[in-house]
Amino acid sequence: MSDTALQAPGGLADAAAQSSDSGEAVFADYVGTGPDGSASIHLLVEGAHCGGCVRRIEKALNAEDDVLDARMNLSTRRLVVHWRGEPARAGALAATVARLGFTVVPFDPDAAIDSHERHGRDLLRAMAVAGFAAANVMLLSVAVWSGDVQDMDPVTRDLFHWISALIALPAIAYAGRPFFRSAVAALAGRSINMDVPISLAILLAAGMSLVQTVNGAPHAYFDSAVTLLFFLLVGRFLDHRAKGHVRRAAERLLALSREPATVIGEDGRHHNLAASRVRPGMRLFVAAGQRVPADGTIAEGRSALDNSLLTGETLPVEAGPGTAVLAGALNCGGPLTLTATATGDNTVLADIVRLVEAAEQRRSRYVALADRLAAIYAPAVHGLAAGTFLGWLVLGGAAWQDALLAAIAVLIVTCPCALALAVPAVQVVASGRLMKAGVLLKSATALERLAEVDTVVFDKTGTLTRGRPELTGAETIAPDDLVLAAGIAAASRHPLARALARALPDVTPASGVTEQPGMGLSWTSPEGEVRLGSRTWCGITTLDSDDAMELWLRRADGSALRFTFRDRPREDAAAIVAALLHRGLAVEMLSGDRVEAARAVAGELGIQNWRAGQSPSDKAARLAELAAKGHRVLMVGDGLNDAPALAGAHVSLSPTSAADISQNAADAVFQGALLAPVVDSLLVARQARRLVRQNFALSLAYNAITVPLAVAGLVTPLIAAIAMSSSSLVVVGNALRLALLRRTS
Amino acid sequence: MSGLLLLIPAALLLGLIGLAAFLWSLRSGQFEDLDGAAERILHDDDDDENGKSDAEALRRPR
Repeated sequence: MSDTALQAPGGLADAAAQSSDSGEAVFADYVGTGPDGSASIHLLVEGAHCGGCVRRIEKALNAEDDVLDARMNLSTRRLVVHWRGEPARAGALAATVARLGFTVVPFDPDAAIDSHERHGRDLLRAMAVAGFAAANVMLLSVAVWSGDVQDMDPVTRDLFHWISALIALPAIAYAGRPFFRSAVAALAGRSINMDVPISLAILLAAGMSLVQTVNGAPHAYFDSAVTLLFFLLVGRFLDHRAKGHVRRAAERLLALSREPATVIGEDGRHHNLAASRVRPGMRLFVAAGQRVPADGTIAEGRSALDNSLLTGETLPVEAGPGTAVLAGALNCGGPLTLTATATGDNTVLADIVRLVEAAEQRRSRYVALADRLAAIYAPAVHGLAAGTFLGWLVLGGAAWQDALLAAIAVLIVTCPCALALAVPAVQVVASGRLMKAGVLLKSATALERLAEVDTVVFDKTGTLTRGRPELTGAETIAPDDLVLAAGIAAASRHPLARALARALPDVTPASGVTEQPGMGLSWTSPEGEVRLGSRTWCGITTLDSDDAMELWLRRADGSALRFTFRDRPREDAAAIVAALLHRGLAVEMLSGDRVEAARAVAGELGIQNWRAGQSPSDKAARLAELAAKGHRVLMVGDGLNDAPALAGAHVSLSPTSAADISQNAADAVFQGALLAPVVDSLLVARQARRLVRQNFALSLAYNAITVPLAVAGLVTPLIAAIAMSSSSLVVVGNALRLALLRRTS
Repeated sequence: MSGLLLLIPAALLLGLIGLAAFLWSLRSGQFEDLDGAAERILHDDDDDENGKSDAEALRRPR
């Protein structure tokens, strides 16, 4: 968790701490009652990332006397609290969590436990049933196959077929539903998808086998039908899990926009209101450390506003009465009173959300390689099977049962078992490998799109740089001055003051420091007043040639000293840029910061193409321009201002220090202080693409061998089962190679 | 043949027990938070101060 992006969670803590009746009503609305009379609430917790966070939250809640239990789900970031007593306690309990530094939002579990999760559970259950059936039918089939060689008694064989039918038919009826449903839906919509040939093959194989069993014939395909179903369900489930991550990210995006605003009523009382219900003209209170909930102008108070997530500017902007402020800006000075001008749907934040949604819609039209292949494959399979049936019937003069048997064999051996496993298997192995490198994939098709990238666009602040100012030239400053300045700076939330305090973490904070928002700090030492702050605050009139970020210290004796700060590039930024250029990728930097700051970083890292002063829509427009030229762009960015560009790029990456909305807009999120994951993910994506193609080639090669046999009517159940299972195993084995491939640094 | 009449039902029964166990664990929510479960095992205090254990929390209907 970074301190640049997420100083915000204090917001609700402050709001909840001073909550009045209406503030708690927001939470009380979501309280449900259990059968035993206990009250419960479901909360979405933002900011919890590890078991330790979970423990702290649960411990804090369980320490409350009336709480029966509190349990947090780390995968979904949902927290359920049960307690005995009034629903009105909900607000106080939420505040308990908020005080630990997490943002909590109530949500309605009935709305949230949606079809996606139910579908996942259905798939898992179907997989279990199919797996059970496949194992047991296979047990019987192996006996029948060896019986073919060793003269098994036909009565025993028929008995085995009947038992197989008893296991396989109910299992197929149950476990096949996900495919049948999807196939019926596709046919109803007058289209065809991969599930149509799958359903046909399974149903025909099962039906034909039943007929064979009734007639006491030597061959039945029950084993093929259920193993096919099982393998396909495995692929489907893996695919489903990958998509679940994306959905949860979207859910949290919703939660972010629901952080409440503190409204000052006409009677002067503070109460909380959902940000979307704020109306222009309302007076809003924004405590230090809170995000501005709606666009507005400052009515009272002076402060410094951190717009870095909105514009990419490193330095906070000073603001006083009359200054226009934007929703999403972080208040890092004193408390402010605003008059709302635009709200909810009209704010800059909402504009960004809209840009993101529009761009995501465009990108969701990307068709995965497997689907593109399926569009060709499905009709080809149907044609081939129909051709086989007619060929045997008309040209071969076979009985219709034999012709149908050959046609079913074609459907079974061509069934896209390996194809359906080829992509999910590689994806799971690749995402596992990326996870180890600190990259979390959020989009199912992100790997494929990463492999196609030819241009990499970086944001500056927080992406190429660390996103927080650091003291420079500390060795040239007298230690006494440093200690004095750091002690005073420890009292402020201003980014530069925090940078100064960070440089000397062991210094005891000075007591009795007062802050003049937007100006600086003052402290009365035994010798007189010491000031730390802006140039004017310390009474400096001279100008310096450079325009580095600066703080001035004016000692009690009136002499002054300058501290300079800069936002340093990440340690490996230059190496990563060089590595990308070396691999023939174009590298570009788009920054919302001033020209000088952008030029300095671009020069240091060796980036030829850069633009400064870019607004969120400028960035998105530049990406659209690159896309129109036929480039496939990887966007790497962290700010709120990057979110539309992240969503609009061919594929996007975001550090975990990024604004939530940017993490949501990005296809993948990477951890750590280094940029190396950018190169890692490109390499893994390319290896994954190669493996997927190999897998496709392998399964097509299997088909090339088995299809002629099937058309010729030579495929026995044994051959079908061996071809299908072995091709699946080969494909999965090939995918596992990705984990073994040497890691290239 | 008589061996088969014993062995086949035995194999099926064992398989069904496994299937039932899996479906039960699925229904009781053991697969709902795989990330959390992986972390929870690292915490050694099974009971909180006022005696609310993880097992108790799992049993509660939700």
